[in-house]
Amino acid sequence: MTPDPEAAGTVRVQMAVNGRPVNAEIPACTNLADFLRGELGLTGTHLGCEHGVCGACTLMVDGAAVRGCLMLAVQADGAEVTTVEGLDDPLGRALREAFVARNALQCGFCTPGMLATLREAIGAGLVPERAAVRAALSGNFCRCTGYEAIVDAALDVIGGRDAR
Amino acid sequence: MPKDHDGIGASTKRREDVRFLSGAGRYTDDINLRGQAYAYFLRSSVAHGNLTSIDTAEAEAMPGVVRIFTAKDFEGVGGLPCGWQVTDRFGQPMKEPGHPVLATGKVRHVGDPIAVVVAESLAEAKDAAEAIMVDIDELPAVIDMKAAVAGGAPLVHDDVENNLCYDWGFVEENREAVDAAIRGAHHVTTLELVNNRLVANPMEPRVAVGDYDRTTGEHTLYTTSQNPHVIRLLMGAFVLGIPEHKLRVVAPDVGGGFGTKIFHYAEEAFCTFAAKAVNRPVKWTCDRSEAFITDCHGRDHVTKIELALDAEGKFLALRTDTLANMGAYLSTFAPSVPTWLHGTLMAGNYTTPLVYVNVKAVFTNTVPVDAYRGAGRPEATFQLERVIDKAARELGIDPIELRRRNFIKPEQFPYQTPVAVVYDTGNYHATMDKLVEIADVAGFPARRAASEAKGKLRGLGIAHYIEACGIAPSQLVGQLGARAGLYESATVRVNATGSISVYTGSHSHGQGHETTFPQVVAEMLGIDATQVDIVHGDTSKIPMGMGTYGSRSIAVGGTAMVKATEKIIAKAKKIAAHLMEAAETDVELAGGQFSVKGTDKSIAWGDVCLAAYVPHNYPLESIEPGLEETAFYDPSNFTYPSGGYACEVEVDPDTGKVEILAFSAADDFGNVINPMIVSGQVHGGIAQGIGQALLEQAVYDENGQLLTGSYMDYAMPRADDVPMYAVDHSCVTPCTHNPLGVKGCGEAGAIGSPPAVVNAVVDALAARGVTHIDMPLTPARVWAAMNAAG
Repeated sequence: MTPDPEAAGTVRVQMAVNGRPVNAEIPACTNLADFLRGELGLTGTHLGCEHGVCGACTLMVDGAAVRGCLMLAVQADGAEVTTVEGLDDPLGRALREAFVARNALQCGFCTPGMLATLREAIGAGLVPERAAVRAALSGNFCRCTGYEAIVDAALDVIGGRDAR
Repeated sequence: MPKDHDGIGASTKRREDVRFLSGAGRYTDDINLRGQAYAYFLRSSVAHGNLTSIDTAEAEAMPGVVRIFTAKDFEGVGGLPCGWQVTDRFGQPMKEPGHPVLATGKVRHVGDPIAVVVAESLAEAKDAAEAIMVDIDELPAVIDMKAAVAGGAPLVHDDVENNLCYDWGFVEENREAVDAAIRGAHHVTTLELVNNRLVANPMEPRVAVGDYDRTTGEHTLYTTSQNPHVIRLLMGAFVLGIPEHKLRVVAPDVGGGFGTKIFHYAEEAFCTFAAKAVNRPVKWTCDRSEAFITDCHGRDHVTKIELALDAEGKFLALRTDTLANMGAYLSTFAPSVPTWLHGTLMAGNYTTPLVYVNVKAVFTNTVPVDAYRGAGRPEATFQLERVIDKAARELGIDPIELRRRNFIKPEQFPYQTPVAVVYDTGNYHATMDKLVEIADVAGFPARRAASEAKGKLRGLGIAHYIEACGIAPSQLVGQLGARAGLYESATVRVNATGSISVYTGSHSHGQGHETTFPQVVAEMLGIDATQVDIVHGDTSKIPMGMGTYGSRSIAVGGTAMVKATEKIIAKAKKIAAHLMEAAETDVELAGGQFSVKGTDKSIAWGDVCLAAYVPHNYPLESIEPGLEETAFYDPSNFTYPSGGYACEVEVDPDTGKVEILAFSAADDFGNVINPMIVSGQVHGGIAQGIGQALLEQAVYDENGQLLTGSYMDYAMPRADDVPMYAVDHSCVTPCTHNPLGVKGCGEAGAIGSPPAVVNAVVDALAARGVTHIDMPLTPARVWAAMNAAG
């Protein structure tokens, strides 16, 4: 899905994606999600709305959760990018295990964005209360689970299993 | 040895999660074929008009353009077929106007495709589409259903008088008796209501990738579908004229469906057609704005319902009058939704002896409307459970008590309803009792008082639903107008060392079949579930199957798998009997071991499988080698899940904002294979039902522009909009006509919840004179209702 290079003009970007150095010449208008999916084949990042509302494409750039559809790849030049394929640190593993244990996904399409959003929120000290977790997740649509299981999974990870 | 916790009834964790949690899922948009070109659809920006010219000359010269297609490229190609023909109350077939792949002569809704650019890149395709010159003589649009059928309205299809697709009556023979019963009744409760138009919005937008192999003449379509064989049949036989052995349809991981991915869409036919025409793969990926104006919408009924009761509150007769929106064209199963999936459920859980349902299906200049989670059954339940609540209030009878007085009693099953269907089992008193318990109905007055003390209005809403799932007995639906069989298939292939691949016609797009189906086979054979894998979604691999919708997977697809596994067991017992030199009738299978009754002789499952494929010591004179069986299962009846739902809300009297404080669901799904997955299905259904009740509505302006065409305008539930759910499925009356005793659970939540929510809000506002508010119950509507009534 590469945009027309002549119309857009190309730029060189370098970044670390899931710990691997990446160096590519791409049209300047390529957004980060399209770059990861199209150029790097990292199709774990999903596009649900392409206008920043659904949260499915959320991924980590320098530790912050960002919308992959709203950020140009060139804006991530020099950054460390982590996609769902690279969530292998202890927190990422804990989240994955909790999602399985709590049945926090069904079709799986929104899940990568949920993981990235929670990873940032937990890193920033998300408190183990349901309302706080729901607020943290409120930028990500899930059409399958009704959210309760995702909230439970997050609470499992941050130690608030019994929170109401 | 088998692990007990892997079998039927275990909350086995989902095996599909591993790939979805590591980014290794393979959704259709993840598929990129060597040399693929990109399709971009130029769509009508007006709702209604005559297409006078399309000039592609300038666009064709644009960079990267491979080819531009218009309707003239599809002359001789069939239109998109409709899979269900409804007969009207006068015995005439419905009006069935054509649905071309690309708009021909006229455009009929915003989003109707006019031309398609296939180019080297999507950006180039979009640029070229902007250079296509289209002249449309705009016509007045017809949007409002009442106006559309009132006479003198503009015609969506020139040959469909009054935009009326059909005028359906059911049960037509009861019409006069129902009228008479209502005329003579002690009390009649009347309610006019809207079942709001919704957009299903699975998080994965639709995608189609067409491929063609010139050397074999074989077409392949990768598509976001709930039923690849249905697409192969409809597209191959009716649209493109491709024989099935030259057409493979693959629906890989699919990111949610909720009905809207059942249907055969123009983009699928286009990509398949174009791949051959341009001799390279052609890919189309829908963006969300495009999804809003091309995915079939759901619901959109306007109904007047009348319920006649005697002095004791017994239901005497029910009459409904409904306008159902079909949109601009008939989508695949659209005509069946407001008729056979709706009228047959109007008895609900009750003994109402006389029912008459009238439905007029209407063409408008809007996106086609078809099945969305529940499809017809939510519309039936909403009317019924709202009018019962209103009747209870009018008669001063507790709404739970009024329902109980009219419930079909447990000893009355099987129960012949006055609307054709026969309920096999159920115990509505039990689910209502369970609901009263888990929702703590007894504690409600105290909770209401506490809310009032802080200035909030509290309400409790009850609903009790029934649905017909396990779709469907083929001969019955054939008589009702279905142009498809609705059986399901499974092949169970036992490998030489005893592991098993099950090829199922059911399709999983979030339901967890890869986990639950092996649980069933493992239970039957007494082996570990990890020894069983599921293959689905590829017509080149699986037997012809009808896919997943209507909560049919476990009841129909699961039963096909059980039947195939029974054949496997029967054959394996013969082999085991030979190996153990015993009579076949003495051989038993338990815990993955065949044994001879009354002896200590036994042989392991794997050894019998090996003998089937290495038949050295084997009764070749009487049985074939190998261990692979296929079954097709056609159900003898629908299944009838039922349940009680309760919603408790607080309304802010200053703003009209509704907050859901508690939501409870007591469902009877028959036997449950995996309680964890069933709970997840109910949660998700309830969230969608709450979305319908409080947030969601597709809104068109009078010119046919969709005002809610993005996630900025169409409000779906977010994590902080929904409550915790108390769900229970311990009330079990097993289905009597399938071997697992299962009923299906996929749609229940979306069916039972909207009336529970609306009943709760009306309960909160009843003291202020509010008797009804149409969904969605936005703060503005609630505030207006409160203040208008007060």
